[in-house]
Amino acid sequence: MGAMIEIENLQKRFGAITAVDGVSFQVERGTVLGFLGPNGAGKSTTMKMLTGFLPPSGGTARIGGHDIQTDSLAAKKLVGYLPEGAPLYPDMTPEAFLMFIAEVRGLSGAAARARVTEVAEKVSLQKVMRQPIETLSKGFKRRVGLAQAILHDPQVLVLDEPTDGLDPNQKKEVRALIRSMQQDKVIILSTHILEEVEALCSRVIIIAGGRLVVDCTPAELAAKSKWHNAVRLELHASETGRVATALADAYGSSHVEKLGPATLLVTTKDRRAILPEISQRAQKEQWKLEGLHVEHGRLDEVFHDLTRAGARN
Amino acid sequence: MRNTLVLFKRELAGYFSTPVAYVFICIFLLLCGILTFYLGNFYDAGQATLGSAFFEFHPILYIVLIPAISMRLWAEERKQGTIELLMTLPVTLPQLVLSKFLAAWAFSGIALALTFPLWITVNYLGDPDNGVILASYLASWLMAGGYLAMGACISAVTKNQVIAFVLAVITCMLFLIPGLPQVSEVLAGVLPSEALVEAVRSFSFMTHFGAIARGVIDLRDLVFFASVIGVFLFMNAIVIELKKAD
Repeated sequence: MGAMIEIENLQKRFGAITAVDGVSFQVERGTVLGFLGPNGAGKSTTMKMLTGFLPPSGGTARIGGHDIQTDSLAAKKLVGYLPEGAPLYPDMTPEAFLMFIAEVRGLSGAAARARVTEVAEKVSLQKVMRQPIETLSKGFKRRVGLAQAILHDPQVLVLDEPTDGLDPNQKKEVRALIRSMQQDKVIILSTHILEEVEALCSRVIIIAGGRLVVDCTPAELAAKSKWHNAVRLELHASETGRVATALADAYGSSHVEKLGPATLLVTTKDRRAILPEISQRAQKEQWKLEGLHVEHGRLDEVFHDLTRAGARN
Repeated sequence: MRNTLVLFKRELAGYFSTPVAYVFICIFLLLCGILTFYLGNFYDAGQATLGSAFFEFHPILYIVLIPAISMRLWAEERKQGTIELLMTLPVTLPQLVLSKFLAAWAFSGIALALTFPLWITVNYLGDPDNGVILASYLASWLMAGGYLAMGACISAVTKNQVIAFVLAVITCMLFLIPGLPQVSEVLAGVLPSEALVEAVRSFSFMTHFGAIARGVIDLRDLVFFASVIGVFLFMNAIVIELKKAD
């Protein structure tokens, strides 16, 4: 059997505007795929095509082997989808709404009720099940949206900005929820928040200007940063001058950056690991070190570079 | 079939989860009463029938009230973004279009059925032809279906309920006025042949509603309403397919 999700040269044009311009990738089970890109890059449009809401202008996608255009019903059955902004029916209660989703998903009667209760518990909705959705806070509304998406225990979960607009505690809860579901599933989530990618995803795809610009792991992405393997030294203030000179001799003065009165950052051109040699030298020359850290790279900076470059193409 | 039923149930329950349904039903019954007793002079006519005093006003009443039901059908889904939710569920477009229409039609049927005290009244006061009354109810309900199908299609065109309402009122009117006697006379003066006048008249809801309401259930009149509903629901599906993402 092939990959759970196969996207082939997917394209979407709106009049003269090309929103998605030939995106192809495959996703295997057990993957949490972070879908990154600036606003308007085509993330949501790609997700809308994958979930069968928008017909592609060219190319196609298959979910579990089912083509989203010719076999859309079978494809839709495998997918749980949280659209951007988590739209819901404001007049309904979460209970009525989730029962409706359960019935559309083929459950009925006691089985539907049991499943709704189970999912409500999973996303902690029990207390508000009988309040109209419009009276709920943003965090609860998002949870209703998530509950709706996971109700039929789908093999593919597509979440468009699942934590957007939530407070830090709510974000944490949503992430924990996503992490608890990742086995044996494909989870695709779009986000602006790079720490989320580091915390959740096993793979990252960046699209810019409708095109795929990067497809790798978060660690590989970080390795593209010029800060990757940089070493940060925290020193006693009186030592800063002496150590800075010594490091500038070894690595070139342009590679030693003074971040604060007692903090130095050392980078190398080839981003090799220099921690061992620096720590050896520190011992030998008896620097008064208060801290020594390796930087893994800054995703926001890589993201910025890549998407700016992508938009220019 | 099962999906259509599930969607239908949610739609119909949706009317009653807000005050919309109750307000609508109250206004409908109130207007029916006022028109029947004041404008229709129900008592003065001294006849045990519902035709002239009650059903006669339905074509006009529906022009305003039916678009009030249909305006939100798709406009609301598009505005709230719930259309994306709905259309990524494992249901087909025909199921969605049909369930929304049927729920609205059932709702208008409930409102219509709640005018039963009038029917009891005429039976208490006299000895009406209940067959004709039943046929009139059928005619009224079919006409409501025709207007609803138009309204649903128009509601799919816009996200704005007010626009949906106004456009639907105008469209409903266009399908009514060629059948009004005054308009027919004008048409007879303008159009070159009698056949053409008849052709235009035959597009009017008034003509077909009147025929069934008289108690003559002719297949042609039934086919007319069924075709109007079918054509507009088909167009509804096409409009949704084209406009859903806007």
